[in-house]
Amino acid sequence: MTDLAPEQGEEASRRRPRRWHILVFLAPAVIIYTAVMILPLIETLRQSFFNVVDGEHVFVGFANFATLFGDPRWASDFWNALGNNFVFFLIHMAVQNPIGVALAALLSLPGLRFAAFYRTAFFLPTLLSFVIVGFIWKLILSPIWGVAPWLMDLVGMKSMFGPWLGKPGSALITVSLVSVWQFIGIPMMLIYAALLSIPEEVIEAAEIDGITGWGQFFKIKLPLVLPAIGIISILTFVGNFNAFDLVYTMQGALAGPDKATDILGTFLYRTFFGFQLQLGDQSMGATIATIMFLIILTGVCIYLFGIQRRIRRYQF
Amino acid sequence: MYRTTLQGALLASSILAGVGSAMAADVTLNIESWRNDDLQIWQEQIIPTFEAKHPGIKVTFSPSAPTEYNAALNAKLDAGSAGDLVACRPFDTSLQLFEKGKLEDLTGLEGMKNFSDVAKSAWTTDDGAKTFCVPMASVIHGFIYNKEAFEKIGAEVPKTVDQFFAVLDKLKEDGTYIPMAMGTKDMWEAATMGYQNIGPTYWKGEEGRKALIAGTQKLTDEPWVEPYRVLAKWKPYLGDGFEAQTYPDSQNLFTLGRAAIYPAGSWEISLFNTAGLKLGAFPPPVVKDGDTCYISDHNDIAMGLNAASPHKEEAKVFLEWVASPEFASIYANALPGFFSLNSTAVDMTDPLAKEFVSWRETCKPTIRSTYQILSRGTPNLENETWTESANVINGTDTPEAAAKKLQDGLDSWYKPAK
Amino acid sequence: MSKARQSKLRTSLVHVALIAYTLVALFPVFLTIINSLKSKQAIFGQPLRLPGPSTFSLIGYETVLKQGDFVTYFQNSTVVTVVSIFLVLLFGAMAAFALAEYRFRGNTLMGLYLAIGIMIPIRLGTVALLQGMVATGLVNTLTALVLVYTAQGLPLAIFILSEFMRTVSDDLKNAGRIDGLSEYAIFFRLVLPLVRPAMATVAVFTMIPIWNDLWFPLILAPGESTKTVTLGAQLFIGQFVTNWNAVLAALSLAIFPVLILYIIFSRQLIRGITSGAVK
Repeated sequence: MTDLAPEQGEEASRRRPRRWHILVFLAPAVIIYTAVMILPLIETLRQSFFNVVDGEHVFVGFANFATLFGDPRWASDFWNALGNNFVFFLIHMAVQNPIGVALAALLSLPGLRFAAFYRTAFFLPTLLSFVIVGFIWKLILSPIWGVAPWLMDLVGMKSMFGPWLGKPGSALITVSLVSVWQFIGIPMMLIYAALLSIPEEVIEAAEIDGITGWGQFFKIKLPLVLPAIGIISILTFVGNFNAFDLVYTMQGALAGPDKATDILGTFLYRTFFGFQLQLGDQSMGATIATIMFLIILTGVCIYLFGIQRRIRRYQF
Repeated sequence: MYRTTLQGALLASSILAGVGSAMAADVTLNIESWRNDDLQIWQEQIIPTFEAKHPGIKVTFSPSAPTEYNAALNAKLDAGSAGDLVACRPFDTSLQLFEKGKLEDLTGLEGMKNFSDVAKSAWTTDDGAKTFCVPMASVIHGFIYNKEAFEKIGAEVPKTVDQFFAVLDKLKEDGTYIPMAMGTKDMWEAATMGYQNIGPTYWKGEEGRKALIAGTQKLTDEPWVEPYRVLAKWKPYLGDGFEAQTYPDSQNLFTLGRAAIYPAGSWEISLFNTAGLKLGAFPPPVVKDGDTCYISDHNDIAMGLNAASPHKEEAKVFLEWVASPEFASIYANALPGFFSLNSTAVDMTDPLAKEFVSWRETCKPTIRSTYQILSRGTPNLENETWTESANVINGTDTPEAAAKKLQDGLDSWYKPAK
Repeated sequence: MSKARQSKLRTSLVHVALIAYTLVALFPVFLTIINSLKSKQAIFGQPLRLPGPSTFSLIGYETVLKQGDFVTYFQNSTVVTVVSIFLVLLFGAMAAFALAEYRFRGNTLMGLYLAIGIMIPIRLGTVALLQGMVATGLVNTLTALVLVYTAQGLPLAIFILSEFMRTVSDDLKNAGRIDGLSEYAIFFRLVLPLVRPAMATVAVFTMIPIWNDLWFPLILAPGESTKTVTLGAQLFIGQFVTNWNAVLAALSLAIFPVLILYIIFSRQLIRGITSGAVK
């Protein structure tokens, strides 16, 4: 797979024929990662080519995939979950990342007072467990205990309130926004770290040229943090297509109402591990997992080969 | 191949090993359960009573949250790290474990003679030959009501469906109380406390349920659609925003005295008793006065033996005790609303629990229609029933459409024996 | 003059925006904490009120402290989290450096291989993992959790760190090489200090899912002596009786250790940035 032998013609390698240090740097991570993560996952994904036929565990080729896409019930559940997942992702890209970048930009303003306090406050939701996020938002949005209706009354919008989590039209958007609230700290932190590592000289030079304020942000800083924005986009993509816990704690494993909040993660969990009387189906579960993996892999490849290479990197 | 690689890697890193397990002279039995609500009762009442009688056997009760129980238990059984004793869900979930050889055959257990065939039905193979869990308790459905609310509007306890809706109308008119405390957010109440609660009256309990399994009745037949029509009429009597009302929300509305009627399962009794309200209960109303009433008296929990347990002898001693009248009495009284399945009658002290159990004499009992055999395939009938029952109450599906969806789903995999 | 006033105005506008978002971020947390200090009736009766003399109750905290050995649970969570973070940072940074610094055949492939882990939830490998742990006798040890979390954290750490390591100046490293530093010294003495902000970020990202995970503690280490805080708190969420007092109390308590860990790392982050400016 990976060949650590030096590449011929490479200038550095002519001086050091065997670069053992590369092996030393890579080995611990690769060993733990392979043994504890990759092998068990392969063991599971292999199941997507097997199924139980007449009580026997047999190799069935692509039959499970044919069921997933061919059987109208499986297919409609799958496309529903995939569609919801795209909505979930788009809301994150449209709301979470811009707000995250904006907050990071404000926080990185030179001489800002209480920056550490703000940063901790913004990051706090990200530190919370799903159990607490699910509980507290259900309480806030509950039509019965009245925190949200009361708050909306303050701004004179009480009539706009509805049982959002229970309506098929609004449940997915509501859950997505709660997720945005929870995870906004991640893009904020990454962009913040990137903004802070822009050298003073660059900013000073810009100021000497009379570029300040908004212009400075868009013309100087934003291009410099583009690689970090690339990372947060791909992390959001991967995170969203693996998401499961928040929907599970807020809407249950059936992702109600009427599967309106069902995303690939909940669909997978229900199928793989079972729920209530539904028995876990490792073969179909593994099949869904394989498809999810391919979707995410496609996204990551587009990023790695299409976008990451085009982003200009500046070394400081 | 895989295992040895992993083994090597894991052993190499076990320098980090923190806590090892201590060796004990006594045999310790570990119980897996989803009843984390009962932790205290097991620790303070049940286990000490057993341990006092059987020195040398220690018991620990280690429950996990109900939503993760099945998934976690299956993983542990597959890997061989599950406890010696496992709480059994009724019907297919446990049957599958037995068929995979994960649960021990308990047919020969002495204490099994303390249970009727009906009590054992939820944990017996389809042919009735083998039983693999010791039945512990069943739960009964009905309606719990706030006596003060009924007194305020001068309502009688309803016997028929018309009377039931008349009471609801009066409550709504009066406006002091939310007529009925139920939401559709968590969906299962709509199915379990709604459809399975009022339904048996229409499909004539066991008669309809068995006809459904035999294929002589369909979910689109009148006796199965009519309960959905009645359920659809509940909507105006539920609280504002019931679509987002969760199960704990409903419990709290009722225990805070803000709602009048609560479609219930008997397990609610111990929580509701702590609220300090005057409460009564009535069975699901019948269509015409004088009709036979039907109740859902559903086998809910049992205990089985992990086939891989190293302490099978000791575990059987414990299971014999679980099958004894002594255990039945402790359990039923510590957890009013969980009714013993033991043939020996248990004296109960809780008035509300007594009320529920008294219906067994006047009404015909049945179990939930979706549990036996019909939820074996994909799509899962029980889960679909949750979704559709909620849809019917929300008004997003008509009763007929809901019934058709359920029957279509069932038809896609279930072929009744001719 | 007017410029100074303008900048003052701008600063206050910035603060207004930041305070507004602070309220959005903190309000739910605030609700959790005040409600953990109230009686059950009051939680649902007046969720917004501060606990007053008639509604103040420590019943939730009492239940939590009585029910399980929460001190042990906290210790377990802390040990697992800290050890895992340490391993993830050390091994992750080493691998990231190899990928970012050296050109060798299969570099991209290796990068992709190490990124697979962020694409499939490790939860799916549960059964095989558990079998492996049973075979090696690691069930119900904290080591099992540390191993899983290290493996789970590595892909993301490598992904982020290699991106940041690419921005470290080549001139600096080459200067080091000319001074006769070994590759190890270049990594540990030159590069690591420069990517400290990124390391702190990775530490924080790694910490959150570990601290809050329910699944692996439930499967791999459910024993009383190895239970983690989140698993302990989950015990209070029942099927039929939900003890919200105890849940809120347990979860409020569980916020503080992560918050402290976060503050430690975030200090590091700032210090790293300011001292990292040394060219």
